[in-house]
Amino acid sequence: MEKEGLGLEITELRLGLPESVVNKNEKKRVFSEIEGVGDENSSSGDRKMEKKNEVVGWPPVCSYRKKNSINEASKMYVKVSMDGAPFLRKIDLAMHKGYSDLAFALEKLFGCYGMVESLKNADNSEQVPIYEDKDGDWMLVGDVPWEMFIESCKRLRIMKRSDAKGFGLQPKGSLKGFIESVAK
Amino acid sequence: MNYFPDEVIEHIFDYVVSHRDRNALSLVCKSWYRIERFTRQRVFIGNCYSITPERLIQRFPGLKSLTLKGKPHFADFSLVPYDWGGFLCPWIEALAKSRVGLEELRLKRMVVSDESLELLSRSFTHFKSLVLVSCEGFTTDGLAAIAANCRFLRELDLQENEVEDHKGQWLSCFPDSCTSLVSLNFACLKGEVSLGALERLVARSPNLKSLKLNRSVPLDALQRIMMRAPQLADLGIGSFVHDPDSEAYIRLKNTILKCKSITSLSGFLEVAPHCLAAIYPICPNLTSLNLSYAAGIQGSELIKLIRHCGKLQRLWIMDCIGDKGLGVVAMTCKDLQELRVFPSAPYGNPAAVTEKGLVAISMGCPKLHSLLYFCHQMTNAALITVAKNCPNFIRFRLCILEALKPDPDTLEPLDEGFGAIVQSCRRLRRLSLSGQLTDQVFLYIGMYAEQLEMLSIAFAGESDKGMLYVLNGCKKLRKLEIRDCPFGNMALLTDVGKYETMRSLWMSSCEVTVGACKLLAKKMPRLNVEIFNENEQEDCSLEDGQRVEKMYLYRTLAGKRKDAPEYVWTL
Repeated sequence: MEKEGLGLEITELRLGLPESVVNKNEKKRVFSEIEGVGDENSSSGDRKMEKKNEVVGWPPVCSYRKKNSINEASKMYVKVSMDGAPFLRKIDLAMHKGYSDLAFALEKLFGCYGMVESLKNADNSEQVPIYEDKDGDWMLVGDVPWEMFIESCKRLRIMKRSDAKGFGLQPKGSLKGFIESVAK
Repeated sequence: MNYFPDEVIEHIFDYVVSHRDRNALSLVCKSWYRIERFTRQRVFIGNCYSITPERLIQRFPGLKSLTLKGKPHFADFSLVPYDWGGFLCPWIEALAKSRVGLEELRLKRMVVSDESLELLSRSFTHFKSLVLVSCEGFTTDGLAAIAANCRFLRELDLQENEVEDHKGQWLSCFPDSCTSLVSLNFACLKGEVSLGALERLVARSPNLKSLKLNRSVPLDALQRIMMRAPQLADLGIGSFVHDPDSEAYIRLKNTILKCKSITSLSGFLEVAPHCLAAIYPICPNLTSLNLSYAAGIQGSELIKLIRHCGKLQRLWIMDCIGDKGLGVVAMTCKDLQELRVFPSAPYGNPAAVTEKGLVAISMGCPKLHSLLYFCHQMTNAALITVAKNCPNFIRFRLCILEALKPDPDTLEPLDEGFGAIVQSCRRLRRLSLSGQLTDQVFLYIGMYAEQLEMLSIAFAGESDKGMLYVLNGCKKLRKLEIRDCPFGNMALLTDVGKYETMRSLWMSSCEVTVGACKLLAKKMPRLNVEIFNENEQEDCSLEDGQRVEKMYLYRTLAGKRKDAPEYVWTL
């Protein structure tokens, strides 16, 4: 049978990926990018797909079971406010694998591009994501490991960079006091 | 040919029960065919479109028990579009018109309307048993009709159905005169039931052996029900939320101590942490435990529970049990025959199961014959070990959550591992593959899997040869379902006669074209070759060279079906 390359475009997932033929390894990498496995901290610039992580019918768990075996207690809905937006949104932290995943979701939710960039380089971005932790303190998103973050995050806020005017954003908690006063 | 009068032969046939044996009897000679058809009471129809209800009734006028299956298996995974088919209605209408005294109806993946249920409930005075698995299309109104009208109802078993709740009181529709219930399962219903009606129903059903409650039944009601039914053998718990210091909890603990006949436990649709100690006393008697919907139970609690379950033969759990937990199962459940481990989270639980858990099970549970295992990774070495330890597998379904994943230790495909399974397990009847696989695994399957009846393949293989190895080698193959594999026209068309020996073939996201399907349909008039054209474009003319997204073909004596929706093209 005639095949281009290794003919593996057949198994390529049809979720809007570029048409180019991929070789075996690349195909696997592409698939794992789609699944998000191991890619938690990498750039999400490749995410062209609308419905990331969703191959229809995979894994093969029947739809009744999918709907009925989710642990209600494991859902982690938190409010998200964005400065200037007329109303708040809610997001389930448990549905996300990591910070870049969360940033992508926030971008979609509010139409605010630059969330992903802001995680990597807070100094340059328009917006600053902050969260209120269990102690009631406002913290910069991204300092602690993801698992620790979702345990302690009570609500999220996307703050305008300009509100932090005159205050150089530095990593690891130096923002804390300032944000506290801003958030009140 | 007959040296005995018919009555003697009939009497002998009474002892022959299995469908296959009875089918074989009917082929021996015209006389046996005749005797067999008049004495046949139970009929199994694996594909409701393979025959018309009229023809069935005509051949088996003494029919009492009918099993029907509708949609293809991959409908479970949302691969079959809505409205494809599988309607119960024509069957009930035909049966109702006839003189058949239907007593039992078992349905799987069918579309069941309230009207059908109503007609069913009114048409058969001795109707005893209704089992609906993975069906849809009905509401609690239909159930109310069954409850109200089937005076001798013994069994109403609803498993994993999508039922619309109309907030009526269907359970209250069982008349006071109904005392014959043996089995009642309404775990899949979302709505509330009248607890008073439920308790009264249980109280007047001395033969009730199996009761599965839904989420809305709270703990105190459970306790009262168990008090009234100490003879229960199979219990499905709805809500199991209580305060360990409460009166209700203490009462429950005492009641449980009296229920020594419970051997099968399931449900726990709602669980509070640290509640499970109350059921430890029944655990040593359990042969079947299904906690696959108990999302509220943590791994550590699961493990503590299982330590008490030394007699388990069947265990369905979620992967939060972890490899270590499976080690505990292996040490504790020496009689284990069937194990299912389901993924507990959308991406699978990071602390979940791997090949290590499966190897532990295989070492501790040599009687294991049925497996469904969702895991994060699998190695060839592990599969080879499992194959050696458990040669008795009848069903082996492995799902590695990341499709196309190779052996993480060697980065090789899993051909050798699955090859070892089929070579060692000579009685294997059902197999599901996953992970990275080449054509080689199919060569092994074709060579060794002589008893294989059902094979499920996804994201596997390299060329048509793979599919051909299977079609050529597996003589007993009945159902083949394939998705996202590079199998194309040559594989499809090489042996067209094969498909009449099988129930059905499903191929989606493969390489077959419209032209090949047309050719197949032309050559084999006793197959229905359906292709699903889900394009929303008006101009959907089918060009021969076009790749087919979804194809489902099945043998049939009923011809092209008349109830297919617009997107289904029967060629």
